[in-house]
This record gives sequence, structure tokens and C-alpha cells, in this order.
Amino acid sequence: MEAIFSDPMVYLKGFGLTIGLLLVSAVGSLVLGTLLAAARVGPIWVLSKAATIYVSVFRNTPLLMIFIFVAIAMPRLGITFKSIEQVEIAGWNVSSFFFRACLALSLYTAAFVCEAIRSGINAVPLGQAEAARAIGMTFGQNMRLVVLPQALRAVVPPLASVIIALAKNTSVAAAFGMMEATATMRGITNRNGDQVLEIFFLVALGYVLIVEVISFSSYALERRWKAARR
Amino acid sequence: MSASVLFDAPGPKARMRHRILTGVAALLLLGVAALVVMRMADRGQLEYALWEPFVTTSYVQFILEGLVSTLQMAALSILFAVVFGAVFGIGKLSEITVVRWVSWLVVEFFRAVPVLLLMVFLFVAYALGDGPLSSFWCVVIALTLYNGSVLAEVLRAGINAVPTGQTEAAYAIGLRRSQVVWLIQLPQAVRTMLPALISQCVVALKDTSLGYYILAPGLTAVARPIYQEFGNHVPTAIVITALYIIVNLILTGFATWLEKRLSRARKATVVDDLSDSTNTAGPAV
Repeated sequence: MEAIFSDPMVYLKGFGLTIGLLLVSAVGSLVLGTLLAAARVGPIWVLSKAATIYVSVFRNTPLLMIFIFVAIAMPRLGITFKSIEQVEIAGWNVSSFFFRACLALSLYTAAFVCEAIRSGINAVPLGQAEAARAIGMTFGQNMRLVVLPQALRAVVPPLASVIIALAKNTSVAAAFGMMEATATMRGITNRNGDQVLEIFFLVALGYVLIVEVISFSSYALERRWKAARR
Repeated sequence: MSASVLFDAPGPKARMRHRILTGVAALLLLGVAALVVMRMADRGQLEYALWEPFVTTSYVQFILEGLVSTLQMAALSILFAVVFGAVFGIGKLSEITVVRWVSWLVVEFFRAVPVLLLMVFLFVAYALGDGPLSSFWCVVIALTLYNGSVLAEVLRAGINAVPTGQTEAAYAIGLRRSQVVWLIQLPQAVRTMLPALISQCVVALKDTSLGYYILAPGLTAVARPIYQEFGNHVPTAIVITALYIIVNLILTGFATWLEKRLSRARKATVVDDLSDSTNTAGPAV
């Protein structure tokens, strides 16, 4: 216990980085995943095939291999993202390591986001859209008032489990030079070999907390929307 | 093209527009692919010398050994995970409050903790120095705990999906609680959870690659010595990834086939579908 409480900043910094990775890659994967889902359910044959291939390739590749591609193979092709270090946002500098980790996480998670969104759209019965057309709604009204509200509701639970998986997957960045929570645990245990179990439980507790926050928000959202339907 | 909730059946104008957009998109995608290939050629990553190890017998053997240990780790962990999942899945439905709470706590904990964190913990605590575990077993145990917890949830959902009439009928003819679980609920639950079990195999197989961080053997681990010897980072990454994808696609294909077959067999007795997020192997309608 003393190992962490004597220097809590290291522990908190590790989780700060974990949460940073989670937030940036969540936004990245949601954007990319939505684009993929749009391409996949859309009428353009080539785009829908391409999105299908993307999903089945990235879903069946271990996240670690994607990290190897982004962090080890791409620099060999001259793609290092070093230029990102010049960019300054509100006094913060983004390291190319951080950017690459977020890129790998986003590319991987986008495939699962695409599947979650597609399943949400498919959950809307065809009769709903047909009925909307039959009573003379325009395409825009049909989407806005009938299809998308129902799809959005159906998307929340699977999307929440995708984001939970993402929160846990940020730990893979530890193998590629990010001092986030898992790498921090390894660092602290190296210096305090006698307190491994306590340190493990404290770090695990941090992850459990993050996961519970996500699943509780999803549950709250689900309940609110359920009530709104009545 | 099947009917969709998102748009009407296209008329002649829309069909024309779709055709044009298809052409544009195809050109764009081809352009991107060409850029990637040109970039690789530019940096000399397409030269035969860099790809040679993958047609050289000794290196192919080295890679296949990695594949075998990856498959071993995945198979062992799934095997143990089924046992773990059965124990805690049934434990979660136990009539004894303490057993129920302990099972709930164990399952929730291991589902929320990253597998890599478990591996690092096992590695640091039991493998470093003169620990009793090899890193191979650290990977297997960590994957067992995680996948076992997921399977416990799947099994619990499967048991709950068995119609209550089945259980009531079993009690009515005088079976004991344990007999009801073993003879009535489990056999039916296992059938509904089989496809989910196979998609969990894909998850386990992918997660064995995390052993890279704790120096375990496996397909990802064999990549490093190869690209360090030949400097062929890009070809190695492509070949190893392709191997993972092939194995996983075979498993996914098997899951889809099994699901179709089971749903055909199940038509007589309609059981509610397991609408669990873990069950993603099947084709969404």
C-alpha cells in the first residue's frame, strides 16, 4: 500500500493518461465508425464492400498487431507523425507516441463501433419506415422523427460495451512506450516486489471504476430514453 | 439489394447517380491502394530479399511454431474458461446467497480488469525471478480468468433463456435442484451459447498476442526476431497479421455455420434468442 500512497502522483498520472487515451480514441473511433457504418448501409456498392472488408480485417486482427503496424511498421515507410509534435493545443504538446496509440486504438475500435451502429439501424423494423412513407412524411422527416430516434436507442447498449472494451484496451499502449496505468503498475512493482498484490488491486480498482462509470451512464441513458418513449 | 429503412428504392435518376458515385469511390480506393504500394516500393519494402524468409523452410517452421503455441494458449485457456464459466455461471444462479455474491464479485471483477493487467500481475508476482509459472502459463491463466467470466455471463443468460415451463415441469416430476440444472437447464443453455463460445475463441486467440509484453511465445513474439534480423518490419507485420486473420475467419465461419444449423434444429422449440453483445458472430439480419 505504501508504495502507492507514498507517491500517489505517479498512480494518478498513469490513470490520467489512460483516461486521455480513452477519450481521444473514443471520439476518433466514433467518428470513423459512424462513417464506416454509413458507407456500409449506404447504396454505393463499392463503399459498402470496402467497409465490410475493413470491419472483418480489423475485427480479426489482434490490437497488438495494429499497434505494431502503426508504431513499428509505419515509421519504416516514413510515416512517423513527428509533425504532430509541432502542434500546440492550449499549451499542451501532443507526443507522437500518444498520437500513434490513439490512432491504433481508433482504427481497431472503429470496426466494432460500425457493427454496433449497423445493428442499431437493423433493429428498426422495416414497417416503421414504410408506415412513415405511407402517411406522407418526407425522407428528412422519416429519418429525423421515425428511424434515427429508434436506431439511436438500440445503439446505446452495444456501443457502451464497445467503449468499455476500449477503456480496457488502452492498456495495450503500455507495450509501446506509454506510461499509462498498466505500465505504471509494472514500474511501481519493479521497485516494490513485496507489495505486488496490493498494487495490482489498487490499479485494478481504477479500471473497475472507469468501467462502472461507463456502464452506469449507459444504463442511465437507456432508462431516460425508455421513460421518454411513454 | 435488399429493402432498407434508410432509403427508398432508387429511381432511374438515383440509380445513375449511384453508378457515378460507385465509379468515383472505386477510383478513390484504388488510388489509396496504389499510394500504399508505391510508398512501400519507394522505401524498398517490396524487395524480394525482405520477403525471402517467408518462403525459407527454417523460418516458415519458426513462424509455424509460433502459430502452434498461440493455438495452444488459446485452446488451453478456452478449455479452462469453460470450466470456470460453468462453475461461476451456475454459482450466480445458486440459491445460497453467499455463493451468489461471491460468484457475482469474481465475474464482475475479472470482466472489468484489462487482460494485460492480469498478465503483468501474474508475470511480476509468479514468473519473474524463480517464480513457478512460465510466461506461457501467465497468458493462459489470465485469459482463463477473463474469458471464463465472460462465459459465466453467457451461460447465465443461456440458462435464463430456457423457458420456465421446462424447469417447472422438471420439478413437477420430482427432480432435485441439481438434477434440474444438470439434466434440464444446462443441456438447453449450452446449445444456445455454442456460437457465443466460438466467438469467444476468436477473442482468446487475439488476446494471446498480448503475451508479447510479458515475453510469452506465440505468433506476435516470433515477429520480433525476424524483423530484427532482416529489417523487414512491414512484410513481417503483413504476414503475421494475415495468419491471425485466416485462423480467425475459419473460426468465425464455423460459428456462423453452427448458428445456422442450430437455429434450424431449434425451430421446433422456439427459444428466445440470446441478445447478448458477446454474441456477435452471427449475421445480423
